[in-house]
Amino acid sequence: MESLFTHAAPYVGYVYPNETDIPWGELIVVYPYITGLVAGAFIVSSFYHVFGMRQFRPIARFALLTALCFLLFAPMPLLFHLGRPERAFNAVITPHWTSAMAAFGYVAGFYLVILVLEVWFAFRPDIVAKSKTAEGPLRLLYRGLTLGSDDVSPAALAYDQKWARALAIIGIPSAAGLHGYVGFIFGSLKSREWWSSDLMPIIFLLSAIVSGVALLVVLYVVVWKVRRVELDDDCLKGLAKVMWAFLIVVLVVEGLEYVEMFYRAREGIDTIMQLIKGPLRTGLLIQALGSAAAFMMLTALIALRTQGRSLMVWLTLSAVLLLIAVLAMRWNVVIGGEELSKTMKGLLTFQVTFLGREGVLTSLLLLAGPFVALWILARLLPPWDEGRLEPAIAGLRSTARR
Amino acid sequence: MDEEENNTRRQQERRDFLRILGTAVAFGGTAAVAPTVLGEAASPQTPPNPRIPGYDWTKHRWAFGVDVGRCIGCLRCDEACKIENDVVRDPNHFRTWVERYVYLEGETRPRIDSQSDPQNIAASGSSGDYRFDDRYRNATVTKAYFVPKLCNQCEHPPCVQVCPTGASFKAQDGVVLIDQAYCIGCQYCIQACPYSARYIDHQKGVADKCTWCYHRITKGLNPACVEVCPTHCRIFGDLNDPASEINQFIRNNRVQVLKPETGNGPHVFYAGIDREVS
Repeated sequence: MESLFTHAAPYVGYVYPNETDIPWGELIVVYPYITGLVAGAFIVSSFYHVFGMRQFRPIARFALLTALCFLLFAPMPLLFHLGRPERAFNAVITPHWTSAMAAFGYVAGFYLVILVLEVWFAFRPDIVAKSKTAEGPLRLLYRGLTLGSDDVSPAALAYDQKWARALAIIGIPSAAGLHGYVGFIFGSLKSREWWSSDLMPIIFLLSAIVSGVALLVVLYVVVWKVRRVELDDDCLKGLAKVMWAFLIVVLVVEGLEYVEMFYRAREGIDTIMQLIKGPLRTGLLIQALGSAAAFMMLTALIALRTQGRSLMVWLTLSAVLLLIAVLAMRWNVVIGGEELSKTMKGLLTFQVTFLGREGVLTSLLLLAGPFVALWILARLLPPWDEGRLEPAIAGLRSTARR
Repeated sequence: MDEEENNTRRQQERRDFLRILGTAVAFGGTAAVAPTVLGEAASPQTPPNPRIPGYDWTKHRWAFGVDVGRCIGCLRCDEACKIENDVVRDPNHFRTWVERYVYLEGETRPRIDSQSDPQNIAASGSSGDYRFDDRYRNATVTKAYFVPKLCNQCEHPPCVQVCPTGASFKAQDGVVLIDQAYCIGCQYCIQACPYSARYIDHQKGVADKCTWCYHRITKGLNPACVEVCPTHCRIFGDLNDPASEINQFIRNNRVQVLKPETGNGPHVFYAGIDREVS
């Protein structure tokens, strides 16, 4: 048979012959990254919808749309990666339950339903209003979206809010579960020393939240600047605190992971050292320096009670650094794990490809996809809260009092 | 593999799935799924007997032996396997391969290479034909041996455990097989195999691996690699037959398996390897 395989990974030391065809590439780096952004964005929206933290109100609904748009693209890298994408649904039709991967369709599907429902309840008054004011085919679309209910009386709105809140409450464990589960896909494999760790799901989950909050910071600043709307200092401060708090836990847990690995110093630790100094050095440096710099900036912002423009600039900078650092972390886990040979006696170097089904270009397009979807969705369902009465908690409380 | 066998197995799996779904509806999702995930994780589902004429897979328990002291590294096994199973002729995809362990004077760790090593490829003059070069001709070698590798057909195969569709499954005779008409090509099994015995078949977009030449052994023949080995270092047989060669090999030698700490329970037994072999 003629070989279709062109990008064998070069190696040093001894690796099994089949390992030179590295199974998971850039797309599988992007997959947990996108999923993580979903989890993080959703948590931010829940700070307002569930925990009643008012400073997050300006971005609560925007965060919800962000989570939805990214979730729509979460399965795409997997689909592009499959050798037989047309059979993708085999895993859903006949799930093999001992496989962590078999649950993906169900976990992601369940979460998608929760998110769509929450978005619907959160935007229902807007949908009803638009169904009466929009023209042409858009009007039909909005009328369809009302699902035949145009009751926007205070009682109906309070009812909506109750449901939105209940869904958000279910959504928090779902978001945490979705991303913890992604960590389990890697952490549960005993074949790869670099992945096989009990801390893997926790690291994935916490860094997911950090990246999701960072994404919202960047989107908030950029989108609000483009819209020429003033940024809310309290909201920025709240985001800074959340990002700082989760970042601390991530750094501690990740630090412990490395310390434990070196302290235990099991057979093959010298090869792991070579991996860190060799093929993975750049990725680890980006992850470490990015996180450390962002941590220092955030600490300074909080300690100095920075406000206004400098808060916005430094917070955005630290968020960008964290977005890059978390992407590097995904790379370091996924690609790093495969660069460390299962023989523990050799190292491979992953070959980055730009074009092709699984190349960098596809990854970039898939990363850009959610932003395009968000741009479209934010036009259909404007999530901007300026001038709106505070509906969620106030409405609910007044009904409760009555 | 036989198409009919695949169909029967898939039908059975769909019935199993519907049964599980029914139970889930009756008793609530969590209650039904939890025991499936936790309780049966160690015992992969048992598909029905395939319709292979004259073959009953409940009557056999196949195993493989490697008498390392006999291997001369001629790589006829590699070649036979690639031809027999239509494996792509490149140095990156193998159902079976051979590793060379060489201890040089004054060194404590062995130098290891396989037929895929670039120097060996250069020596053979082609990436589709295999031979070991004679790079140690002028060195003082204190110990050296060749180790043939292949799928271990584990008792608790992690590749089957992680397969999201059930396309990878363990036959009742102990051989781990892939239903290539059902595999989605996610390559999770390739990640999960600690021996790197699996690879992706880029032509078909699905996983592939050694099956101990299932199409041959179910007809009473030996796997191709066993058949061509000139020194009889590869031994194949039925554990259910007390007089079989494999049983004698296991009885008469101090044998060990690779990476026993994984708990996978490999069924390839090696005689004459050091702990450096993994």
